[in-house]
Amino acid sequence: MSVIVTDRGFGPDHWRGGFKRPEEPGAGPGIAVALDLGPDTDPETLRDRLDDVVLIRVRFPGFADGRGFTIARALRRMGFAGRLRAAGHVIADQYAMARRSGFDEVEIDADLAARQPEPQWRARADWRAGDYRARLRG
Amino acid sequence: MYRYSEFDTAFVRERAAQFRAQVARRLDGSLTEDEFKPLRLMNGLYLQLHAYMLRVAIPYGTLSGAQMRQLAMIARRWDKGYGHFTTRQNVQFNWPRLEDVPDMLGALADVGMHAIQTSGNTIRNVTADHFAGAAADEIADPRPYAELLRQWSTDHPEFQFLPRKFKIAVTGAEADRAVIRAHDIGLQLVERDGARGFRVLIGGGLGRTPMIGKVVRAFLPEADLLPYVEAIVSVYNLLGRRDNKYKARIKITVHETGIDEMRRRIEARFAEIRPEFTGIDREILAGIAAQFAPPDWVARDPAPFHAARAADPVFRAWADTNVAPHRRDDHAIVSVSLKTPGATPGDATAAQMEILADLAAAHAYDELRISHEQNVVLPHVPRAALPKLHAALKAAGLGAANIGLVSDIIACPGMDYCALATARSIPVAQEIATRFEALRLEHEIGPLKIKISGCINACGHHHVGHIGILGLDRAGVENYQITLGGSGAEDAVIGTRSGPGFAYDEIVPAIERLLLAYLALREGPDETFLMAWRRVGLAPFKAALYGPHDTAERADAA
Repeated sequence: MSVIVTDRGFGPDHWRGGFKRPEEPGAGPGIAVALDLGPDTDPETLRDRLDDVVLIRVRFPGFADGRGFTIARALRRMGFAGRLRAAGHVIADQYAMARRSGFDEVEIDADLAARQPEPQWRARADWRAGDYRARLRG
Repeated sequence: MYRYSEFDTAFVRERAAQFRAQVARRLDGSLTEDEFKPLRLMNGLYLQLHAYMLRVAIPYGTLSGAQMRQLAMIARRWDKGYGHFTTRQNVQFNWPRLEDVPDMLGALADVGMHAIQTSGNTIRNVTADHFAGAAADEIADPRPYAELLRQWSTDHPEFQFLPRKFKIAVTGAEADRAVIRAHDIGLQLVERDGARGFRVLIGGGLGRTPMIGKVVRAFLPEADLLPYVEAIVSVYNLLGRRDNKYKARIKITVHETGIDEMRRRIEARFAEIRPEFTGIDREILAGIAAQFAPPDWVARDPAPFHAARAADPVFRAWADTNVAPHRRDDHAIVSVSLKTPGATPGDATAAQMEILADLAAAHAYDELRISHEQNVVLPHVPRAALPKLHAALKAAGLGAANIGLVSDIIACPGMDYCALATARSIPVAQEIATRFEALRLEHEIGPLKIKISGCINACGHHHVGHIGILGLDRAGVENYQITLGGSGAEDAVIGTRSGPGFAYDEIVPAIERLLLAYLALREGPDETFLMAWRRVGLAPFKAALYGPHDTAERADAA
């Protein structure tokens, strides 16, 4: 079972709608969809296709691969206002980076949740504090 | 000089606390060794050949006396009583224990210092011209911009797990004392139509594939600095290769993508990012710049300097070699050599650090710099104080008059410390220095930059040495290749390999033959080694190294 980490701590995954790859056709106008993006996605290719998207999940194949953070920022910059989820090998030490990059939540597997339990993630729920870049951007 | 704001202080304290918790979480198994490694690296902690090594940032190379004294304290308390200054304006402690490192970070925070992002695939310590704010030839002091970049890059949420390390250098002068052309991003302050901006280069770097940086933007208005640099790193983060660590630096991205396509992508990203910066960064920059205001200059008659220079040949040799012009005629910039022949290049003992801090307080407005050439600079010294300063340095064993000469060698730690090294560097540097001291030819030979790396990763910058030495391992035996004619300055160029390498006991005699050949062929003392090389090319030096007859034979054997 996956665990969804937010600022409130651990919770279950409430999304039941499944995920589509970006190259698959949408469900139809006005019908909500969720997208699953690999780390090699060029966010630019999604620019005009986000109208019915309510959730985007960005895959982290390994915690040392930081492309997902830049993908998240690019999606937010192009106006995506839905839910943004980092999924895969993301460690508690990266929670603040994920939130600051525009992710709302992190999806981890049960093993990682057992090894890095909730308090280790909650310790970075104060991610708004001590953020140099946010301070410089205004 | 910049003093930490409450924000900075709170940040470095919180960061030290986080690292303390990470060490504990490594020990209790919450973090695997693989996960812990980049976390310790982004806090400056390496695992070396014999022990951990803590690399501490000296942002843009600037230190106060109190900070230098704290480095001495750390060296005494948690290390073996010395530190090593590096080519990227860091100081390395080679013998800390893991459990002491959080306390060392706390001691650094006490004086407004840190070890953040001195390693790992992050934006590293931002370096600058070591003469910044003092040089006679600069447009403006580049350090306020370097400090702005330090703040922007620190814990930047997108850029803590880049494809590879990322180095930025900034200078305010046309004369390049910061090797900006060998950095991932090089920034040079320029003026156009009365407005200040930057010439922006990307894709420089040394290592196993040396490249000279290329101009991506000839004039960037200074107000656009942060969004433009963010655009460069953002493009690199998605485009840089992650399949091969040796092809992961931005120099390879630029090489494979082409500078024009890189520019197109960067400019497009910049257009998107620019509106996110509301202008607060400009106010913060103004606050930073105010802190870099020059000291209250003390006007003193330089007569004692002229008198000592006329009377004392030892002082004269030092003043002519180690003293550079200052923006004020009655002041000077003093380079204190950490290359006394026989010493380890860049090493300073705790006692020497304390003496330097004392001398900075007494004669130099309490300010010090670390140069990328691994020396200490006192950037503002009244000329009248030079004789006293020199006497004190001489008494402390820091009076070597060799800045920019044969024995002022950049050398990486090499096999004496480094887990990556394939050959020794430090003993080669020591033997070259002592050999030419014995020959008494150093001042005759004049300006010369020898740079030594103990492996292909090129931390000793051998590619851009006038003479570069690269130590390799050939079937278990050290072998030293020579490159000639490189330069890391504004005329940056990668050196040319001379031919087959030399064994450990052959390398110093080879350098001697090379320099005797230079003395024989130069048109006069005004023609430096580099100028002579550019005039005559490889052939006469090759003959000096390998002999006129067996050159072809040895080349075949290699």
